[in-house]
Amino acid sequence: MSLTGLGQMLHHAFIIHALLAGSAIAAVCGLAGYFLVLRGQVFAGDALGHVAYTGAMGALAAGLDLHAGLFATTIAAGVALGAGSARITDDVAIGSFFSWMLGLGVLFLTYYTTHGSGANGTANVNVLFGSIFGINVSATTTAVLLSAGLAVVLIVIGRPLLFATVDPAVAQAVGVPTRWLGAVFLGVVGATVAEASQIIGALLVLGLFAAPAAAAMRLTDRPWRAFWLAPVLAVAAIWVGVTLAYLIPAAPASFTIMITAAAIYLIAAIITRRERTSAQTASSDH
Amino acid sequence: MNPTPSWNLITDVQQMMAYTFMVNAVRAGAIVAVLSGAVGWLMVLRRESFAGHTLAVVGFPGAAAAAWLGAPIGSGYFVACVAAAAVLAWWAPGTAAGTAAEFGEQSAVIGTVQAVALATGLLFVSLYHGFLSGLTNLLFGTIAGVSSSQVVVLLVAAVICVITLAAVGRPLLWTSIDPATAAAQGIPTRLVAVIFLLVLGVAAAGASQVTGSLLVFALLVCPPAAAQRLTARPSLGIALSALIALAVTWVGMGFAFFTPYPIGFWVSSFAYATYLAATGYRAVLDRSHQRVSRSPAPEALAST
Repeated sequence: MSLTGLGQMLHHAFIIHALLAGSAIAAVCGLAGYFLVLRGQVFAGDALGHVAYTGAMGALAAGLDLHAGLFATTIAAGVALGAGSARITDDVAIGSFFSWMLGLGVLFLTYYTTHGSGANGTANVNVLFGSIFGINVSATTTAVLLSAGLAVVLIVIGRPLLFATVDPAVAQAVGVPTRWLGAVFLGVVGATVAEASQIIGALLVLGLFAAPAAAAMRLTDRPWRAFWLAPVLAVAAIWVGVTLAYLIPAAPASFTIMITAAAIYLIAAIITRRERTSAQTASSDH
Repeated sequence: MNPTPSWNLITDVQQMMAYTFMVNAVRAGAIVAVLSGAVGWLMVLRRESFAGHTLAVVGFPGAAAAAWLGAPIGSGYFVACVAAAAVLAWWAPGTAAGTAAEFGEQSAVIGTVQAVALATGLLFVSLYHGFLSGLTNLLFGTIAGVSSSQVVVLLVAAVICVITLAAVGRPLLWTSIDPATAAAQGIPTRLVAVIFLLVLGVAAAGASQVTGSLLVFALLVCPPAAAQRLTARPSLGIALSALIALAVTWVGMGFAFFTPYPIGFWVSSFAYATYLAATGYRAVLDRSHQRVSRSPAPEALAST
Protein backbone atom coordinates (compact mmCIF):
# COMPACT_ATOMS: atom_id res chain seq x y z
CA MET A 1 0.00 0.00 0.00
CA SER A 2 1.43 3.35 -1.01
CA LEU A 3 1.55 6.58 0.91
CA THR A 4 -1.37 7.98 -1.07
CA GLY A 5 -3.39 5.05 0.23
CA LEU A 6 -2.47 6.08 3.74
CA GLY A 7 -3.43 9.68 2.95
CA GLN A 8 -6.79 8.52 1.70
CA MET A 9 -7.32 6.68 4.94
CA LEU A 10 -8.02 9.96 6.73
CA HIS A 11 -10.75 10.84 4.22
CA HIS A 12 -12.99 8.14 5.65
CA ALA A 13 -15.25 9.39 8.42
CA PHE A 14 -15.25 6.00 10.19
CA ILE A 15 -11.44 6.06 10.44
CA ILE A 16 -11.50 9.54 11.96
CA HIS A 17 -14.11 8.43 14.49
CA ALA A 18 -12.13 5.30 15.27
CA LEU A 19 -8.93 7.28 15.82
CA LEU A 20 -10.62 9.95 17.96
CA ALA A 21 -12.68 7.65 20.15
CA GLY A 22 -9.91 5.05 20.28
CA SER A 23 -7.25 7.56 21.32
CA ALA A 24 -9.46 9.06 24.01
CA ILE A 25 -10.29 5.72 25.60
CA ALA A 26 -6.77 4.39 25.15
CA ALA A 27 -5.35 7.39 27.01
CA VAL A 28 -7.60 6.66 29.99
CA CYS A 29 -6.73 2.96 29.78
CA GLY A 30 -3.05 3.87 29.94
CA LEU A 31 -3.50 6.14 32.98
CA ALA A 32 -5.69 3.63 34.82
CA GLY A 33 -3.54 0.71 33.68
CA TYR A 34 -0.47 2.22 35.30
CA PHE A 35 -2.13 2.10 38.70
CA LEU A 36 -3.67 -1.32 38.03
CA VAL A 37 -0.21 -2.77 37.38
CA LEU A 38 1.40 -0.86 40.24
CA ARG A 39 -1.30 -1.98 42.69
CA GLY A 40 -1.25 -5.60 41.46
CA GLN A 41 -4.90 -5.36 40.41
CA VAL A 42 -4.63 -6.46 36.78
CA PHE A 43 -6.76 -9.46 37.63
CA ALA A 44 -9.47 -7.14 38.95
CA GLY A 45 -9.40 -5.28 35.62
CA ASP A 46 -9.85 -8.62 33.88
CA ALA A 47 -12.80 -9.42 36.13
CA LEU A 48 -14.45 -6.08 35.32
CA GLY A 49 -14.21 -6.88 31.62
CA HIS A 50 -16.15 -10.08 32.22
CA VAL A 51 -18.71 -8.29 34.37
CA ALA A 52 -19.19 -5.78 31.54
CA TYR A 53 -20.17 -8.61 29.20
CA THR A 54 -22.78 -9.90 31.62
CA GLY A 55 -24.10 -6.39 32.20
CA ALA A 56 -24.53 -5.74 28.50
CA MET A 57 -26.17 -9.11 27.86
CA GLY A 58 -28.44 -8.71 30.89
CA ALA A 59 -29.57 -5.31 29.66
CA LEU A 60 -30.29 -6.73 26.21
CA ALA A 61 -32.20 -9.69 27.64
CA ALA A 62 -34.27 -7.37 29.83
CA GLY A 63 -34.90 -5.03 26.92
CA LEU A 64 -32.99 -2.15 28.49
CA ASP A 65 -30.38 0.14 26.98
CA LEU A 66 -27.10 -1.70 26.46
CA HIS A 67 -24.97 1.21 27.64
CA ALA A 68 -26.95 1.65 30.83
CA GLY A 69 -26.42 -2.02 31.64
CA LEU A 70 -22.71 -1.79 30.89
CA PHE A 71 -22.01 1.25 33.03
CA ALA A 72 -24.26 0.27 35.93
CA THR A 73 -22.71 -3.19 36.36
CA THR A 74 -19.06 -2.29 35.83
CA ILE A 75 -19.06 0.76 38.08
CA ALA A 76 -20.96 -1.10 40.81
CA ALA A 77 -18.62 -4.08 40.56
CA GLY A 78 -15.56 -1.82 40.52
CA VAL A 79 -16.58 0.11 43.62
CA ALA A 80 -17.48 -3.13 45.41
CA LEU A 81 -14.13 -4.72 44.53
CA GLY A 82 -12.22 -1.61 45.54
CA ALA A 83 -14.04 -1.07 48.82
CA GLY A 84 -13.95 -4.72 49.84
CA SER A 85 -10.37 -5.54 49.04
CA ALA A 86 -6.98 -5.00 50.52
CA ARG A 87 -3.94 -4.15 48.43
CA ILE A 88 -3.61 -7.40 46.51
CA THR A 89 -7.05 -8.84 46.10
CA ASP A 90 -7.93 -12.45 46.79
CA ASP A 91 -7.60 -14.03 43.37
CA VAL A 92 -9.69 -17.07 44.25
CA ALA A 93 -12.68 -15.00 45.36
CA ILE A 94 -12.46 -12.79 42.25
CA GLY A 95 -11.90 -15.72 39.92
CA SER A 96 -14.77 -17.83 41.11
CA PHE A 97 -17.11 -14.87 41.13
CA PHE A 98 -16.37 -13.72 37.61
CA SER A 99 -16.47 -17.19 36.11
CA TRP A 100 -20.01 -17.33 37.44
CA MET A 101 -20.71 -13.84 36.05
CA LEU A 102 -19.68 -15.08 32.60
CA GLY A 103 -21.94 -18.08 33.04
CA LEU A 104 -24.80 -15.66 33.75
CA GLY A 105 -23.80 -13.69 30.66
CA VAL A 106 -24.20 -16.81 28.52
CA LEU A 107 -27.61 -17.40 30.06
CA PHE A 108 -28.68 -13.87 29.11
CA LEU A 109 -27.22 -14.32 25.65
CA THR A 110 -29.19 -17.53 25.10
CA TYR A 111 -32.36 -15.90 26.45
CA TYR A 112 -31.83 -12.88 24.26
CA THR A 113 -31.15 -14.82 21.06
CA THR A 114 -34.05 -17.21 21.59
CA HIS A 115 -36.64 -14.72 22.90
CA GLY A 116 -35.44 -11.42 21.43
CA SER A 117 -36.24 -10.07 18.03
CA GLY A 118 -32.71 -10.79 16.85
CA ALA A 119 -32.47 -7.31 15.35
CA ASN A 120 -29.22 -6.73 17.20
CA GLY A 121 -27.63 -10.07 16.34
CA THR A 122 -24.01 -8.95 16.43
CA ALA A 123 -24.28 -7.31 19.85
CA ASN A 124 -22.65 -10.34 21.46
CA VAL A 125 -19.51 -10.18 19.31
CA ASN A 126 -19.40 -6.39 19.49
CA VAL A 127 -19.38 -6.34 23.27
CA LEU A 128 -16.80 -9.14 23.53
CA PHE A 129 -14.43 -7.88 20.85
CA GLY A 130 -15.46 -4.30 20.16
CA SER A 131 -16.32 -2.57 16.92
CA ILE A 132 -13.96 0.36 16.53
CA PHE A 133 -15.01 0.95 12.91
CA GLY A 134 -18.68 1.05 13.82
CA ILE A 135 -18.69 4.21 15.91
CA ASN A 136 -20.85 7.14 14.81
CA VAL A 137 -20.49 10.86 15.57
CA SER A 138 -22.51 10.90 18.77
CA ALA A 139 -20.72 7.81 20.13
CA THR A 140 -17.38 9.47 19.34
CA THR A 141 -18.40 12.62 21.21
CA THR A 142 -19.56 10.58 24.18
CA ALA A 143 -16.31 8.60 24.22
CA VAL A 144 -14.13 11.72 24.07
CA LEU A 145 -16.09 13.63 26.74
CA LEU A 146 -16.36 10.66 29.08
CA SER A 147 -12.68 9.83 28.67
CA ALA A 148 -11.72 13.42 29.44
CA GLY A 149 -13.81 13.30 32.61
CA LEU A 150 -12.34 9.97 33.71
CA ALA A 151 -8.80 11.20 32.97
CA VAL A 152 -9.39 14.29 35.12
CA VAL A 153 -10.57 12.12 38.02
CA LEU A 154 -7.52 9.87 37.68
CA ILE A 155 -5.13 12.82 37.58
CA VAL A 156 -6.80 14.41 40.62
CA ILE A 157 -6.66 11.24 42.73
CA GLY A 158 -3.27 10.28 41.24
CA ARG A 159 -1.01 11.74 43.93
CA PRO A 160 -2.81 10.38 47.02
CA LEU A 161 -3.44 7.11 45.19
CA LEU A 162 0.27 6.71 44.44
CA PHE A 163 1.03 7.40 48.09
CA ALA A 164 -1.58 4.88 49.23
CA THR A 165 -0.20 2.31 46.78
CA VAL A 166 3.49 2.65 47.53
CA ASP A 167 3.17 2.90 51.30
CA PRO A 168 -0.37 2.14 52.46
CA ALA A 169 0.43 2.05 56.18
CA VAL A 170 2.06 5.49 56.27
CA ALA A 171 -0.60 6.95 53.97
CA GLN A 172 -3.31 5.71 56.30
CA ALA A 173 -1.49 7.10 59.33
CA VAL A 174 -1.19 10.53 57.68
CA GLY A 175 -4.94 10.48 57.05
CA VAL A 176 -5.20 9.53 53.38
CA PRO A 177 -8.53 7.70 52.92
CA THR A 178 -6.92 4.62 51.29
CA ARG A 179 -10.05 2.49 51.20
CA TRP A 180 -12.16 5.26 49.71
CA LEU A 181 -9.46 5.96 47.13
CA GLY A 182 -9.32 2.29 46.17
CA ALA A 183 -13.08 2.24 45.66
CA VAL A 184 -13.07 5.42 43.54
CA PHE A 185 -10.15 4.10 41.51
CA LEU A 186 -11.78 0.78 40.64
CA GLY A 187 -15.04 2.61 39.98
CA VAL A 188 -13.21 4.70 37.38
CA VAL A 189 -11.68 1.52 35.97
CA GLY A 190 -15.19 0.08 35.73
CA ALA A 191 -16.45 3.10 33.78
CA THR A 192 -13.38 2.86 31.52
CA VAL A 193 -14.09 -0.80 30.84
CA ALA A 194 -17.72 -0.01 30.02
CA GLU A 195 -16.80 2.68 27.53
CA ALA A 196 -13.92 0.66 26.08
CA SER A 197 -16.15 -2.42 25.62
CA GLN A 198 -17.87 -0.73 22.72
CA ILE A 199 -14.60 0.23 21.06
CA ILE A 200 -11.97 -2.39 21.78
CA GLY A 201 -14.10 -5.09 23.42
CA ALA A 202 -14.79 -6.23 26.97
CA LEU A 203 -12.35 -9.11 26.68
CA LEU A 204 -9.54 -7.12 25.07
CA VAL A 205 -9.57 -4.02 27.25
CA LEU A 206 -7.22 -5.93 29.55
CA GLY A 207 -4.49 -5.69 26.93
CA LEU A 208 -4.75 -1.90 26.78
CA PHE A 209 -4.57 -1.73 30.59
CA ALA A 210 -1.65 -4.10 31.01
CA ALA A 211 0.69 -3.82 28.02
CA PRO A 212 1.29 -0.03 27.74
CA ALA A 213 1.56 0.36 31.52
CA ALA A 214 4.01 -2.53 31.85
CA ALA A 215 6.04 -1.13 28.94
CA ALA A 216 6.11 2.34 30.52
CA MET A 217 7.25 0.90 33.85
CA ARG A 218 10.02 -0.94 32.05
CA LEU A 219 11.20 2.22 30.29
CA THR A 220 11.35 4.48 33.32
CA ASP A 221 11.69 4.02 37.06
CA ARG A 222 10.08 7.35 37.90
CA PRO A 223 6.40 6.99 38.85
CA TRP A 224 5.08 10.15 37.21
CA ARG A 225 7.04 9.71 34.02
CA ALA A 226 5.60 6.18 33.71
CA PHE A 227 2.13 7.51 34.56
CA TRP A 228 2.30 9.91 31.60
CA LEU A 229 4.17 7.55 29.27
CA ALA A 230 1.59 4.74 29.56
CA PRO A 231 -1.26 6.69 27.84
CA VAL A 232 1.13 7.83 25.09
CA LEU A 233 2.04 4.22 24.35
CA ALA A 234 -1.61 3.16 24.48
CA VAL A 235 -2.61 5.86 21.99
CA ALA A 236 0.29 4.83 19.76
CA ALA A 237 -1.04 1.25 19.84
CA ILE A 238 -4.46 2.51 18.67
CA TRP A 239 -3.02 4.56 15.80
CA VAL A 240 -0.70 1.85 14.54
CA GLY A 241 -3.37 -0.79 15.02
CA VAL A 242 -6.06 1.16 13.15
CA THR A 243 -3.64 1.86 10.28
CA LEU A 244 -2.68 -1.81 10.06
CA ALA A 245 -6.33 -2.86 10.08
CA TYR A 246 -7.01 -0.37 7.29
CA LEU A 247 -4.12 -1.71 5.20
CA ILE A 248 -4.95 -5.40 5.85
CA PRO A 249 -8.71 -5.82 5.43
CA ALA A 250 -8.66 -9.45 6.64
CA ALA A 251 -7.36 -8.46 10.08
CA PRO A 252 -9.92 -7.18 12.62
CA ALA A 253 -8.91 -3.85 14.19
CA SER A 254 -9.11 -5.29 17.72
CA PHE A 255 -6.51 -7.87 16.69
CA THR A 256 -4.04 -5.38 15.17
CA ILE A 257 -4.37 -3.04 18.16
CA MET A 258 -3.69 -5.86 20.65
CA ILE A 259 -0.72 -7.12 18.64
CA THR A 260 0.72 -3.60 18.52
CA ALA A 261 0.27 -3.10 22.26
CA ALA A 262 1.97 -6.42 22.96
CA ALA A 263 4.78 -5.57 20.52
CA ILE A 264 5.35 -2.26 22.34
CA TYR A 265 5.76 -4.12 25.61
CA LEU A 266 8.04 -6.71 24.04
CA ILE A 267 10.28 -4.03 22.53
CA ALA A 268 10.43 -2.17 25.84
CA ALA A 269 11.30 -5.39 27.66
CA ILE A 270 14.07 -6.28 25.18
CA ILE A 271 15.60 -2.78 25.29
CA THR A 272 15.62 -2.64 29.09
CA ARG A 273 16.83 -6.21 29.42
CA ARG A 274 19.97 -5.33 27.46
CA GLU A 275 20.42 -2.18 29.56
CA ARG A 276 19.88 -4.08 32.78
CA THR A 277 22.35 -6.83 31.92
CA SER A 278 24.95 -4.28 30.78
CA ALA A 279 24.41 -2.34 34.01
CA GLN A 280 24.85 -5.57 35.95
CA THR A 281 28.09 -6.47 34.18
CA ALA A 282 29.32 -2.88 34.65
CA SER A 283 28.66 -3.05 38.37
CA SER A 284 30.25 -6.49 38.67
CA ASP A 285 33.40 -5.18 36.90
CA HIS A 286 34.02 -2.75 39.76
CA MET B 1 -37.19 -29.47 20.71
CA ASN B 2 -36.00 -30.24 24.19
CA PRO B 3 -36.74 -33.50 25.97
CA THR B 4 -38.90 -33.15 29.07
CA PRO B 5 -37.64 -34.43 32.40
CA SER B 6 -39.76 -36.58 34.69
CA TRP B 7 -39.49 -36.95 38.46
CA ASN B 8 -38.01 -40.41 37.99
CA LEU B 9 -34.26 -39.83 37.86
CA ILE B 10 -33.48 -43.27 36.41
CA THR B 11 -35.64 -42.79 33.35
CA ASP B 12 -34.19 -39.29 32.97
CA VAL B 13 -30.67 -40.68 32.87
CA GLN B 14 -31.77 -43.43 30.47
CA GLN B 15 -33.31 -40.79 28.24
CA MET B 16 -30.03 -38.84 28.23
CA MET B 17 -27.86 -41.88 27.58
CA ALA B 18 -29.92 -42.85 24.55
CA TYR B 19 -27.94 -40.25 22.62
CA THR B 20 -24.34 -41.04 21.63
CA PHE B 21 -23.29 -37.42 21.98
CA MET B 22 -24.50 -37.38 25.59
CA VAL B 23 -22.56 -40.56 26.39
CA ASN B 24 -19.44 -38.95 24.96
CA ALA B 25 -20.12 -35.72 26.82
CA VAL B 26 -20.61 -37.52 30.12
CA ARG B 27 -17.37 -39.48 29.67
CA ALA B 28 -15.37 -36.44 28.58
CA GLY B 29 -16.91 -34.43 31.41
CA ALA B 30 -15.84 -37.03 33.97
CA ILE B 31 -12.23 -37.10 32.72
CA VAL B 32 -11.99 -33.33 32.52
CA ALA B 33 -13.64 -32.72 35.87
CA VAL B 34 -11.40 -35.10 37.81
CA LEU B 35 -8.27 -33.72 36.15
CA SER B 36 -9.14 -30.04 36.62
CA GLY B 37 -10.32 -30.67 40.17
CA ALA B 38 -6.92 -32.14 41.05
CA VAL B 39 -4.74 -29.71 39.06
CA GLY B 40 -6.89 -26.78 40.17
CA TRP B 41 -6.30 -27.65 43.82
CA LEU B 42 -2.57 -27.12 43.32
CA MET B 43 -3.19 -24.03 41.20
CA VAL B 44 -5.24 -22.39 43.95
CA LEU B 45 -2.59 -23.37 46.50
CA ARG B 46 0.12 -21.77 44.35
CA ARG B 47 -2.00 -18.66 43.74
CA GLU B 48 -1.66 -19.04 39.99
CA SER B 49 -5.34 -18.55 39.20
CA PHE B 50 -4.68 -15.71 36.79
CA ALA B 51 -2.17 -17.83 34.87
CA GLY B 52 -4.68 -20.69 34.78
CA HIS B 53 -7.35 -18.38 33.44
CA THR B 54 -5.02 -17.15 30.73
CA LEU B 55 -4.03 -20.68 29.72
CA ALA B 56 -7.70 -21.56 29.45
CA VAL B 57 -8.38 -18.53 27.27
CA VAL B 58 -5.46 -19.39 24.99
CA GLY B 59 -7.33 -22.54 23.97
CA PHE B 60 -9.73 -20.33 22.06
CA PRO B 61 -7.29 -19.11 19.36
CA GLY B 62 -5.89 -22.65 19.18
CA ALA B 63 -9.31 -24.12 18.46
CA ALA B 64 -10.21 -21.30 16.08
CA ALA B 65 -6.94 -21.77 14.19
CA ALA B 66 -7.56 -25.52 13.99
CA ALA B 67 -11.05 -24.90 12.61
CA TRP B 68 -9.64 -22.49 10.05
CA LEU B 69 -6.88 -24.89 8.97
CA GLY B 70 -9.23 -27.88 8.94
CA ALA B 71 -7.29 -29.68 11.68
CA PRO B 72 -9.01 -31.49 14.56
CA ILE B 73 -10.26 -28.92 17.08
CA GLY B 74 -8.98 -30.93 20.04
CA SER B 75 -5.38 -30.77 18.84
CA GLY B 76 -5.72 -26.99 18.47
CA TYR B 77 -6.63 -26.66 22.14
CA PHE B 78 -3.72 -28.79 23.32
CA VAL B 79 -1.05 -27.21 21.10
CA ALA B 80 -2.08 -23.65 21.98
CA CYS B 81 -2.42 -24.22 25.73
CA VAL B 82 0.87 -26.08 26.09
CA ALA B 83 2.68 -23.47 23.97
CA ALA B 84 1.23 -20.67 26.11
CA ALA B 85 2.23 -22.53 29.27
CA ALA B 86 5.78 -22.71 27.92
CA VAL B 87 5.76 -18.96 27.18
CA LEU B 88 4.46 -18.11 30.66
CA ALA B 89 6.94 -20.49 32.26
CA TRP B 90 9.81 -18.92 30.37
CA TRP B 91 8.75 -15.35 30.95
CA ALA B 92 7.05 -15.29 34.33
CA PRO B 93 7.60 -18.52 36.29
CA GLY B 94 6.16 -18.88 39.78
CA THR B 95 4.24 -16.13 41.51
CA ALA B 96 4.79 -17.10 45.11
CA ALA B 97 8.00 -15.13 45.64
CA GLY B 98 8.94 -11.62 44.58
CA THR B 99 8.16 -8.02 45.42
CA ALA B 100 4.91 -6.21 44.74
CA ALA B 101 6.41 -4.53 41.67
CA GLU B 102 7.50 -7.88 40.23
CA PHE B 103 4.05 -9.26 40.96
CA GLY B 104 2.53 -6.31 39.12
CA GLU B 105 4.68 -6.74 36.04
CA GLN B 106 4.15 -10.50 36.05
CA SER B 107 0.40 -10.12 36.09
CA ALA B 108 0.66 -7.45 33.40
CA VAL B 109 2.53 -9.93 31.20
CA ILE B 110 -0.09 -12.60 31.86
CA GLY B 111 -2.86 -10.11 31.07
CA THR B 112 -1.17 -9.09 27.83
CA VAL B 113 -0.78 -12.72 26.76
CA GLN B 114 -4.46 -13.26 27.48
CA ALA B 115 -5.65 -10.23 25.49
CA VAL B 116 -3.41 -11.12 22.55
CA ALA B 117 -4.68 -14.69 22.64
CA LEU B 118 -8.30 -13.57 22.52
CA ALA B 119 -7.58 -11.10 19.72
CA THR B 120 -5.78 -13.80 17.72
CA GLY B 121 -8.75 -16.09 18.23
CA LEU B 122 -10.99 -13.35 16.86
CA LEU B 123 -8.71 -13.11 13.81
CA PHE B 124 -8.96 -16.84 13.08
CA VAL B 125 -12.71 -16.90 13.63
CA SER B 126 -13.20 -14.00 11.21
CA LEU B 127 -10.89 -15.66 8.68
CA TYR B 128 -12.94 -18.83 9.01
CA HIS B 129 -16.21 -16.92 8.56
CA GLY B 130 -17.97 -19.14 11.06
CA PHE B 131 -18.56 -16.06 13.07
CA LEU B 132 -21.58 -16.16 15.34
CA SER B 133 -22.45 -19.73 16.29
CA GLY B 134 -18.88 -21.06 16.15
CA LEU B 135 -17.60 -18.22 18.29
CA THR B 136 -20.18 -18.73 21.01
CA ASN B 137 -19.53 -22.47 21.15
CA LEU B 138 -15.76 -22.06 21.35
CA LEU B 139 -16.05 -19.45 24.11
CA PHE B 140 -18.91 -20.86 26.14
CA GLY B 141 -19.00 -24.58 25.37
CA THR B 142 -21.56 -27.01 24.06
CA ILE B 143 -22.51 -30.52 25.17
CA ALA B 144 -22.95 -31.77 21.62
CA GLY B 145 -19.38 -31.10 20.58
CA VAL B 146 -17.40 -34.10 21.86
CA SER B 147 -16.60 -37.03 19.58
CA SER B 148 -15.55 -40.51 20.73
CA SER B 149 -12.00 -40.05 19.41
CA GLN B 150 -11.80 -36.82 21.44
CA VAL B 151 -12.72 -38.78 24.57
CA VAL B 152 -9.75 -41.11 23.97
CA VAL B 153 -7.42 -38.14 23.48
CA LEU B 154 -8.71 -36.53 26.68
CA LEU B 155 -8.18 -39.76 28.60
CA VAL B 156 -4.59 -40.13 27.37
CA ALA B 157 -3.82 -36.49 28.22
CA ALA B 158 -5.36 -36.88 31.68
CA VAL B 159 -3.37 -40.04 32.42
CA ILE B 160 -0.12 -38.31 31.39
CA CYS B 161 -0.97 -35.34 33.63
CA VAL B 162 -1.79 -37.52 36.62
CA ILE B 163 1.43 -39.55 36.25
CA THR B 164 3.46 -36.34 35.97
CA LEU B 165 1.75 -34.86 39.01
CA ALA B 166 2.33 -38.03 41.00
CA ALA B 167 6.02 -37.98 40.01
CA VAL B 168 6.63 -34.38 41.08
CA GLY B 169 3.97 -34.39 43.82
CA ARG B 170 6.10 -34.01 46.93
CA PRO B 171 8.55 -31.36 45.69
CA LEU B 172 5.64 -29.54 44.05
CA LEU B 173 3.68 -29.42 47.29
CA TRP B 174 6.76 -28.30 49.19
CA THR B 175 7.69 -25.49 46.77
CA SER B 176 4.07 -24.34 46.75
CA ILE B 177 3.81 -24.07 50.52
CA ASP B 178 7.32 -22.90 51.41
CA PRO B 179 9.34 -21.91 48.32
CA ALA B 180 12.29 -20.46 50.26
CA THR B 181 12.95 -23.57 52.38
CA ALA B 182 12.41 -25.86 49.39
CA ALA B 183 14.95 -23.90 47.35
CA ALA B 184 17.41 -23.98 50.24
CA GLN B 185 17.04 -27.78 50.41
CA GLY B 186 18.14 -28.02 46.78
CA ILE B 187 14.77 -28.59 45.13
CA PRO B 188 14.76 -27.13 41.59
CA THR B 189 11.81 -24.79 42.22
CA ARG B 190 11.95 -23.27 38.77
CA LEU B 191 11.83 -26.66 37.04
CA VAL B 192 8.95 -27.75 39.25
CA ALA B 193 7.08 -24.52 38.46
CA VAL B 194 7.57 -25.05 34.73
CA ILE B 195 6.36 -28.66 34.89
CA PHE B 196 3.29 -27.60 36.85
CA LEU B 197 2.44 -24.84 34.35
CA LEU B 198 2.65 -27.37 31.50
CA VAL B 199 0.32 -29.75 33.34
CA LEU B 200 -2.00 -26.83 34.02
CA GLY B 201 -1.96 -26.03 30.31
CA VAL B 202 -3.00 -29.58 29.40
CA ALA B 203 -5.76 -29.57 32.01
CA ALA B 204 -7.06 -26.22 30.78
CA ALA B 205 -7.00 -27.45 27.18
CA GLY B 206 -9.02 -30.51 28.14
CA ALA B 207 -11.57 -28.55 30.14
CA SER B 208 -11.96 -25.97 27.34
CA GLN B 209 -13.43 -28.66 25.12
CA VAL B 210 -16.32 -29.22 27.50
CA THR B 211 -17.11 -25.87 29.13
CA GLY B 212 -15.68 -23.52 26.50
CA SER B 213 -12.56 -21.41 26.88
CA LEU B 214 -14.06 -18.66 29.03
CA LEU B 215 -15.70 -20.94 31.57
CA VAL B 216 -12.87 -23.40 32.28
CA PHE B 217 -12.25 -21.32 35.31
CA ALA B 218 -15.46 -22.54 36.91
CA LEU B 219 -13.94 -26.05 37.07
CA LEU B 220 -10.36 -24.99 37.82
CA VAL B 221 -11.07 -22.61 40.68
CA CYS B 222 -14.43 -23.14 42.37
CA PRO B 223 -14.21 -26.86 43.29
CA PRO B 224 -10.60 -26.60 44.61
CA ALA B 225 -11.41 -23.42 46.53
CA ALA B 226 -14.44 -25.13 48.06
CA ALA B 227 -12.35 -28.20 48.95
CA GLN B 228 -9.70 -26.02 50.61
CA ARG B 229 -12.38 -24.42 52.75
CA LEU B 230 -13.48 -27.88 53.90
CA THR B 231 -10.17 -29.63 54.59
CA ALA B 232 -6.52 -28.67 54.93
CA ARG B 233 -5.15 -32.16 54.19
CA PRO B 234 -3.65 -32.32 50.67
CA SER B 235 -4.69 -35.84 49.65
CA LEU B 236 -8.21 -35.49 51.02
CA GLY B 237 -8.50 -31.99 49.55
CA ILE B 238 -7.46 -33.10 46.05
CA ALA B 239 -9.89 -36.03 46.16
CA LEU B 240 -12.70 -33.82 47.42
CA SER B 241 -11.96 -31.18 44.80
CA ALA B 242 -12.08 -33.76 42.00
CA LEU B 243 -15.31 -35.17 43.42
CA ILE B 244 -16.97 -31.74 43.57
CA ALA B 245 -15.85 -30.96 40.03
CA LEU B 246 -17.26 -34.27 38.82
CA ALA B 247 -20.60 -33.75 40.55
CA VAL B 248 -20.90 -30.19 39.27
CA THR B 249 -20.11 -31.24 35.69
CA TRP B 250 -22.52 -34.17 35.57
CA VAL B 251 -25.38 -32.28 37.20
CA GLY B 252 -24.67 -29.31 34.90
CA MET B 253 -24.81 -31.61 31.87
CA GLY B 254 -28.10 -33.04 33.02
CA PHE B 255 -29.61 -29.59 33.36
CA ALA B 256 -28.15 -28.46 30.03
CA PHE B 257 -29.75 -31.50 28.38
CA PHE B 258 -33.24 -30.82 29.69
CA THR B 259 -33.26 -27.03 29.40
CA PRO B 260 -32.60 -24.65 26.51
CA TYR B 261 -29.75 -22.98 28.41
CA PRO B 262 -26.08 -23.76 27.70
CA ILE B 263 -23.86 -26.06 29.75
CA GLY B 264 -21.48 -23.24 30.66
CA PHE B 265 -24.15 -21.44 32.61
CA TRP B 266 -25.18 -24.49 34.61
CA VAL B 267 -21.68 -25.72 35.40
CA SER B 268 -20.43 -22.28 36.47
CA SER B 269 -23.54 -21.64 38.57
CA PHE B 270 -23.35 -24.97 40.41
CA ALA B 271 -19.61 -24.58 40.91
CA TYR B 272 -20.02 -21.10 42.35
CA ALA B 273 -22.89 -22.22 44.58
CA THR B 274 -20.70 -25.02 45.96
CA TYR B 275 -17.89 -22.55 46.61
CA LEU B 276 -20.27 -20.17 48.43
CA ALA B 277 -21.74 -23.03 50.49
CA ALA B 278 -18.25 -24.22 51.50
CA THR B 279 -17.20 -20.68 52.42
CA GLY B 280 -20.32 -20.23 54.51
CA TYR B 281 -19.80 -23.59 56.21
CA ARG B 282 -16.20 -22.64 57.01
CA ALA B 283 -17.28 -19.32 58.50
CA VAL B 284 -19.85 -21.02 60.74
CA LEU B 285 -17.28 -23.64 61.76
CA ASP B 286 -14.66 -21.00 62.57
CA ARG B 287 -17.10 -19.09 64.72
CA SER B 288 -18.07 -22.16 66.74
CA HIS B 289 -14.38 -23.07 67.13
CA GLN B 290 -13.70 -19.61 68.48
CA ARG B 291 -16.50 -19.99 70.98
CA VAL B 292 -15.16 -23.36 72.13
CA SER B 293 -11.57 -22.18 72.42
CA ARG B 294 -12.57 -19.00 74.23
CA SER B 295 -14.55 -20.66 77.01
CA PRO B 296 -11.83 -22.92 78.57
CA ALA B 297 -9.24 -20.14 78.48
CA PRO B 298 -10.09 -18.61 81.92
CA GLU B 299 -9.84 -22.05 83.61
CA ALA B 300 -6.44 -22.62 82.05
CA LEU B 301 -5.34 -19.26 83.37
CA ALA B 302 -6.69 -20.05 86.85
CA SER B 303 -4.88 -23.40 87.09
CA THR B 304 -1.45 -21.89 86.44
